Amino acid sequence: MKTVTVGLGTCGISAGGEKVFKALQEELKDHPNGFILKETGCVGMCYREVLVEVTNGSGTGHLYGEVTPERVGRIIDEDVLGDKQIDEWLVSGDHREKGFFENQIRIVLRNCGKIDPGSIDEYIAVGGYQAIRTALTSMSPEQVIEEVLTSGLRGRGGAGFPTGMKWKFTKAAPGGKKYILCNADEGDPGAFMDRSVLESDPHAVLEGMMIAAYAIGADDSYIYCRAEYPKAVARLRQAIGQCRAKGLLGENILGTGFKFDIKVKEGAGAFVCGEETALIASIEGRRGMPRFRPPFPAQSGLWGKPTNINNVETYANVPWIILNGGAAFAAYGTQDSKGTKVFAMAGKVRRTGLVEVPMGITIDQIVFDVCGGIVDDKKFKAVQIGGPSGGCIPASMSDISIDYQNIPKTGAIMGSGGLIVMDETTCMVDVARYFLSFTQAESCGKCTFCRIGTKRMLEILERICEGKGTMDDLANLDELSDQIKAASLCGLGQSAPNPVVTTLKYFRDEYVAHIVDKKCPAHVCAPLLTYTINDQCTGCVVCAKACPTNAITGERKQMHFITQDLCIKCGKCFTVCRFDAVVKE
Amino acid sequence: MSDQQTNEFKPFNVDVWKFDGHAGALIPLLQSAQDTYGYVSEKAIDYISHVTGIPSADIYGVVTFYAQFRTKPLGKHIIKVCNGTACHVNGAKGVYEVIQDELTITYDETTDDGEFSLLSVACIGCCSLAPVITIDGETYGRLNAQKLRKIIRDAKRQARDQAKAAAGEVTA
Ligand SMILES: Cc1cc2nc3c(=O)[nH]c(=O)nc-3n(C[C@H](O)[C@H](O)[C@H](O)COP(=O)(O)O)c2cc1C
Repeated sequence: MKTVTVGLGTCGISAGGEKVFKALQEELKDHPNGFILKETGCVGMCYREVLVEVTNGSGTGHLYGEVTPERVGRIIDEDVLGDKQIDEWLVSGDHREKGFFENQIRIVLRNCGKIDPGSIDEYIAVGGYQAIRTALTSMSPEQVIEEVLTSGLRGRGGAGFPTGMKWKFTKAAPGGKKYILCNADEGDPGAFMDRSVLESDPHAVLEGMMIAAYAIGADDSYIYCRAEYPKAVARLRQAIGQCRAKGLLGENILGTGFKFDIKVKEGAGAFVCGEETALIASIEGRRGMPRFRPPFPAQSGLWGKPTNINNVETYANVPWIILNGGAAFAAYGTQDSKGTKVFAMAGKVRRTGLVEVPMGITIDQIVFDVCGGIVDDKKFKAVQIGGPSGGCIPASMSDISIDYQNIPKTGAIMGSGGLIVMDETTCMVDVARYFLSFTQAESCGKCTFCRIGTKRMLEILERICEGKGTMDDLANLDELSDQIKAASLCGLGQSAPNPVVTTLKYFRDEYVAHIVDKKCPAHVCAPLLTYTINDQCTGCVVCAKACPTNAITGERKQMHFITQDLCIKCGKCFTVCRFDAVVKE
Repeated sequence: MSDQQTNEFKPFNVDVWKFDGHAGALIPLLQSAQDTYGYVSEKAIDYISHVTGIPSADIYGVVTFYAQFRTKPLGKHIIKVCNGTACHVNGAKGVYEVIQDELTITYDETTDDGEFSLLSVACIGCCSLAPVITIDGETYGRLNAQKLRKIIRDAKRQARDQAKAAAGEVTA
């Protein structure tokens, strides 16, 4: 019998996955023994959601993209029951998709989009919980740490600290009780790697945490998950319940005497709580403000006890490393950045979604070979890597290798894996302003330079975007950037100026165009645009009615005209026009 | 606070505190209050203070630190505009302008009739559909001005019809 699997990660659901699933349930009523219906997490091809896979008894099959409830009937009749694939809806085997999977190495995402994340049995069937069994029964905690050190795994949460070393420090720290924390706060807007892993393969993260706990000698743990990720929270709670029922969490795990438990804490919407000391304060029920380090959490963390904190993706790598050996992991990547990295691809790139590639791949390879290049074949301008703490790397440098050594040389950071692709229609000043407005709003207010300095920088950027900037502003931005970096306690302030610093470095001419020519070359900054009406105009008078300053004149059914002196560039005419007749440039 | 007062105020689930008895339970308690009432009222803060012994001022400090907590009730329908990076690059500002134009409210405001509240969120998580909004949890993606205006007008009409129907029931 064939199996029909629907991708129901947040991306799939947003695209209408649940409606497709319901339509399939209806079909199942009509054909009670016609097929097996299953759900899975995120395959990574967010740009083709809703994705439905049809597999036959031997496990081979193919993937359909952009499935709607209306298309379900034909898929069932022709493919599932009729054995005839529908070529025009196929994603797999579609030559246009060449390179998406071929160029990936899937370690973290090994099960994502393959197994049902709600079923612990499916996880076990693909080798799940073998790694913790191996560790508990045939490895000492020291050997586990040694294996992780051999793998060269570095923290995937942003800073890239060697994971084995962190474990070693926490293990060596004096103090009876120790904690394990999993950082699932993922606050970087535009990043969704951790969410997809939690939704699609929660057990891999739990197993990684168990192995860390055994290595370090911890018996208690929390996963701190963004409250904006309800599906991930639900998946985690379900997976933890299943583990407790199977004796994989609790007392005397697998009969070895190992004791461990995991709880989920929901965040409450504060980006700074992704910073480890702020995260700990938040779990303790306080305002999530970072504190000075040292002492590092490894010495004094949650409730003052030695605490190991790692990112979701870091933990998800661990079971694979234990099963396949640290050397197998280290075979991928570069000299000092081993293994793979998951990237959330978004922006103006054709294939948006989740990809896992070996460290050391170039920006060009990831944008063009894996993700199919720029939408509408527009001109590739830059990538933004590292989110609000990161920077913009121009297309001219896109042969640079993505790893912990080379990315920081550009002024950006590796960050957690958000990669936003920008084309000629993206204004770099506006992008800098966007990220700064984010960090400015999220600054916890503890350090003066971060609190007030980012506000001043934002004001300057807003002025420039409105065409009211001066060349002195650029020097002030440079100076403020240096001061904020030097005088902030945590990574938020230390890295907040990065988007401004990198755009100033690589796209200074765009700033100058805004200031001197009063032009936005990408046609984004509204106050610097000129609105005109072209001959697509049908004379429907909708724009004239909408214009708050009566700047638009013209007879009904005649082409309309905008008097520039009266125009306040509010853009209303542009948004109301149904004929693409209003042009902004 | 007297028992009498606690009785007047329909208490929400405070089990987390019973299990934990730790200051760490404060945020889950506030989340539980907000789940029950839609916002964290002054009464809820007093109640939590009474149960936990944490001073109300400290609790208020925690409430105002986190973006998730609201101290005012929301409208009946919630419109969330995604302002994640992908949506920003794909025109989230235009999306906001259309909604502002239709509903005459800005972020964190509620329409005078109490029907719609407008919120900005960092990332809904379907960057491939950018720009997106959600109305009462339902996602609308790949928006442009025309499409969005129609969606908002439909939502307004629906809300009006529902309100009329409800009023009809009351008078009937
Ligand atoms: C402002 C700020 C936000 C952060 N947000 C996150 C986050 O969302 N997720 C994460 O894993 N690490 C985040 N970090 C990094 C953590 O402080 C910490 O380094 C990380 O969780 C350690 O795990 P790793 O070694 O596995 O990377 C953030 C740091 C700063 C300064």
